[in-house]
Amino acid sequence: MEILNQSFIDTSFWEEIFSQHRSIITQYDTPWITQMRLDALEKFSSLGIPDQSHERWKNTDIRKLLTKGWTFQFKPPEKPVKVEDFFLCEVQGFDTLLITLFNGWYTYKNAPLRILPDGTVIGSLRAALVEAPEIIENYLGQKADFSQNAFASLCAAFASEGFFIYVPDGVQLQKPIQMVNVVNYSEPLLMQTRNLIIAGKGSSLQLLHCDDSNNNEAAFTNSLTEIYVGEGATVDYYKLQNINDHSVIEHNAYIYQEKQSLCNTYSINLHGGLIRNETYNYLAGRHSEGNHFGLYLMDKNQQADNLIFVDIAATDCMSYALFKGVLDDYAHGVFNGHILVRKDSQHTQAYQSNRNILLTDKALVNTKPFLEIYADDVKCSHGATVGQLDKDAMFYLRSRGIDQDNARLLLMYAFAAEVLNRINIPALKDRLDDLVKKRLRGELSICDQCVLHCKSPEKPVVFDIDLSKI
Amino acid sequence: MNTSWNCTLINQLNLIIAMPNDKNEILNEITNSDYKYGFVTDIETEFAPKGLSEDIIRYISQKKEEPEFLLDFRLKAYHRWKEMKHPRWAHLTIPAIDYQDIIYYAAPKVKKGTSSLKEVDPELLKTFEKLGIPLEEQKRFTGVAVDAVMDSISVKTTFQETLNKLGIIFCSMSEAIKHHPDLVKLYLGSVVPYADNFYAALNSAVFSDGSFVYIPKGVRCPVELSTYFRINAAKTGQFERTLIVADEGAYVSYMEGCTAPMRDENQLHAAVVEIVALKDAEVKYSTVQNWYPGDKNGKGGIFNFVTKRGLCKGSYSKISWTQVETGSAITWKYPSCILQGDNSRGEFYSVAVTNHYQQADTGTKMIHLGRNTSSTIISKGISAGFSNNSYRGLVRVAKKAENSRNYSQCDSLLLGDKCGAHTFPYIQVENKSSIVEHEATTSKISDDQLFYCKQRGIDTESAIGLIVNGYAREVLKQLPMEFAVEAQKLLSISLEGSVG
Repeated sequence: MEILNQSFIDTSFWEEIFSQHRSIITQYDTPWITQMRLDALEKFSSLGIPDQSHERWKNTDIRKLLTKGWTFQFKPPEKPVKVEDFFLCEVQGFDTLLITLFNGWYTYKNAPLRILPDGTVIGSLRAALVEAPEIIENYLGQKADFSQNAFASLCAAFASEGFFIYVPDGVQLQKPIQMVNVVNYSEPLLMQTRNLIIAGKGSSLQLLHCDDSNNNEAAFTNSLTEIYVGEGATVDYYKLQNINDHSVIEHNAYIYQEKQSLCNTYSINLHGGLIRNETYNYLAGRHSEGNHFGLYLMDKNQQADNLIFVDIAATDCMSYALFKGVLDDYAHGVFNGHILVRKDSQHTQAYQSNRNILLTDKALVNTKPFLEIYADDVKCSHGATVGQLDKDAMFYLRSRGIDQDNARLLLMYAFAAEVLNRINIPALKDRLDDLVKKRLRGELSICDQCVLHCKSPEKPVVFDIDLSKI
Repeated sequence: MNTSWNCTLINQLNLIIAMPNDKNEILNEITNSDYKYGFVTDIETEFAPKGLSEDIIRYISQKKEEPEFLLDFRLKAYHRWKEMKHPRWAHLTIPAIDYQDIIYYAAPKVKKGTSSLKEVDPELLKTFEKLGIPLEEQKRFTGVAVDAVMDSISVKTTFQETLNKLGIIFCSMSEAIKHHPDLVKLYLGSVVPYADNFYAALNSAVFSDGSFVYIPKGVRCPVELSTYFRINAAKTGQFERTLIVADEGAYVSYMEGCTAPMRDENQLHAAVVEIVALKDAEVKYSTVQNWYPGDKNGKGGIFNFVTKRGLCKGSYSKISWTQVETGSAITWKYPSCILQGDNSRGEFYSVAVTNHYQQADTGTKMIHLGRNTSSTIISKGISAGFSNNSYRGLVRVAKKAENSRNYSQCDSLLLGDKCGAHTFPYIQVENKSSIVEHEATTSKISDDQLFYCKQRGIDTESAIGLIVNGYAREVLKQLPMEFAVEAQKLLSISLEGSVG
């Protein structure tokens, strides 16, 4: 019998926690930030933890997960964390600028903020609060409206750590930046982290955001990421989520795009008790483009819940969303797509597609692609399918001497490849390709599997197919 | 027959989308025309006192000389309703409704003992004639049996004799309760339980009349059955309840039309329609909804909050909904199918048109419970003026509904840049052998399409007519031919008020 702690779904509990730890939480704050926290907390209290009567939480019972009871860690670890202990190798041929969080706290060798020769700043948000408050005040919470989002408000109230990335105008970053949050804690831990990413005018940036478990203990990550994409800038944001079956990720991303900017997001959900990604993409400037791709491969009792809200508030914008899922065992896949074309956002083109494969009768899919349109000169469409592997394709492969298992794998891989092929970093694409193949074969276990902390370089995975027979 | 139907439709659209060459002017012209059924008939009416209470329910029940079980049903529903909240999830802005400011029972005073058309109040007949349903003519020429419901009371059911011979029961709900209480008791509330939702509960408590159809085993109803609803009296709500039962192997096609006078205040219409299809039975339900939509500034109009649901109870049964939604200030309506029997089939075809400040949130639910069940959803929304038009649908495939199949298509057409078109499909699949497909598009009449037509010598107005007609054709062709006379008239007028 699980012990449930009902107080976690009670807003007054959170208010109390906040007031108890207020001095630590607000330790590095400017008065402005503290005020923002209080506003957010008030907002959270009025919203409450959403239950399933809430439209956007209809298919996911987050209250049940919260009542399992969690511990907090309001202070950074006292001893410096040895990054090497859990990151043994960088993936070969995949050179990134690496920044890491350990149990929600920034880890570093030299300084919490690194300034690259081209002026790019990467590092800890907590350090940035102290060193560059004026930038923070201009952007933090300024371009995102999460007043209706309880978890984002909660995170805004509590989080005092996270990633901070600032790319100055005109800078094209050559290497991708990799942000990794690794969890390894002896007790069920609830972390709240807040990330701020600013891409200046005409800059370009590739981001890889990994969430990983390093042991088998449950963890609850509530994070809030704000991305500001300046005029003409390009941001690719890859989210790779691979956590253990007891863990929960509740991730809110708010993307604000200026004119002629481009933002692509990719969310690859490989493992996780509950992975919930909410992406709010606000296209504020003309000719901006926001694309969202997702792949979820779930089994056991896992649940993947992706919510994409594209808010088009300018003319001549484009948006494309493609989410694909393979669900095995008792897995549950949820997709909420929502395109809002505001009044006078003419010449919009927006497309949305969600496709699912169910492998068992116990698996479940809920999909809701919404269109909400207030402008007439638009081309919008959406599609959703739920089905099985194509029988004809299966027959084709079988008739050429490929056995059932391999044929199934091949077809599933082909299904997933449509999303993988959108990835713009070749080295990452190869790595994910391998990971997905392993995942589909059931060889990907929960530990030691991330893009980063693999102890040995990945062996290439090949399908056992006698090509001469094809 | 088929072609003539479509031709007349094009003609109407042409007629509607008249004259000027400029597209905007054309749109303006259309959007400024008036509702033609807005007249009021001066007829003696009997009212219940305003408001809702147990006493009122007892009054209605007593007035209609109902058996005990029905009064119980009403009271249970009423007590349940008191605890319920007005649903807020729809994409609609619904002003507060004072449920105590509504007259729940209003009936035209009919002389007792009317047995033929001649005895029906001539004023009433005139009303229906104005609406384009001359009962006499219909009886003679069209082969349509009409059950006309004015305010709350069923006025006259024509064509009764032919139906009687086959054992078909087609009468008003009040008569059914009197003469066939067993059937009513068996099926009333079996598809839409009294506590189903706020409006269904309200309806269960106060429903005054409606139609009752029973088709016996193996009988194919030779004529189209049709009911005509009209709200006449001011300050009243209309709460009719329709129950259609098709016994094993039976077939029936049922049609429904409705209008209301123009009034500045909003009037509430909360109906319930229940359909039961037993083994191998087929029910085709078509409706042209043309309640008064309010004026150009969004003043007045009917609030149309309707619960319609069909139960495919037996194997190989089929229920098909076809709706043309043109009227009402606010429409909240989801004709649904519960596919319980194996190999049963549900269909939903809809054209929803909104104009001025009209709001529509309409769609369907297909609940697949039996094996090898299939469903098709075709929804076409057309929005103009300042209106908002939403499609909201649910396709649910339960675990045991193996090899089920659904195909949904919902398209929206926007005429003008002040209106909105929305799509909210919900899909839930719980087994691996079923296939569900959904697609939706939103667009306007493109310049390319217009150019193509004009290039071939078709003028702008005809071109728009052609395109809109082609757009809605898939649904319109599902309407029964016999509905043509009535539906054409209704459609032309409602389109005139709403479509571009």
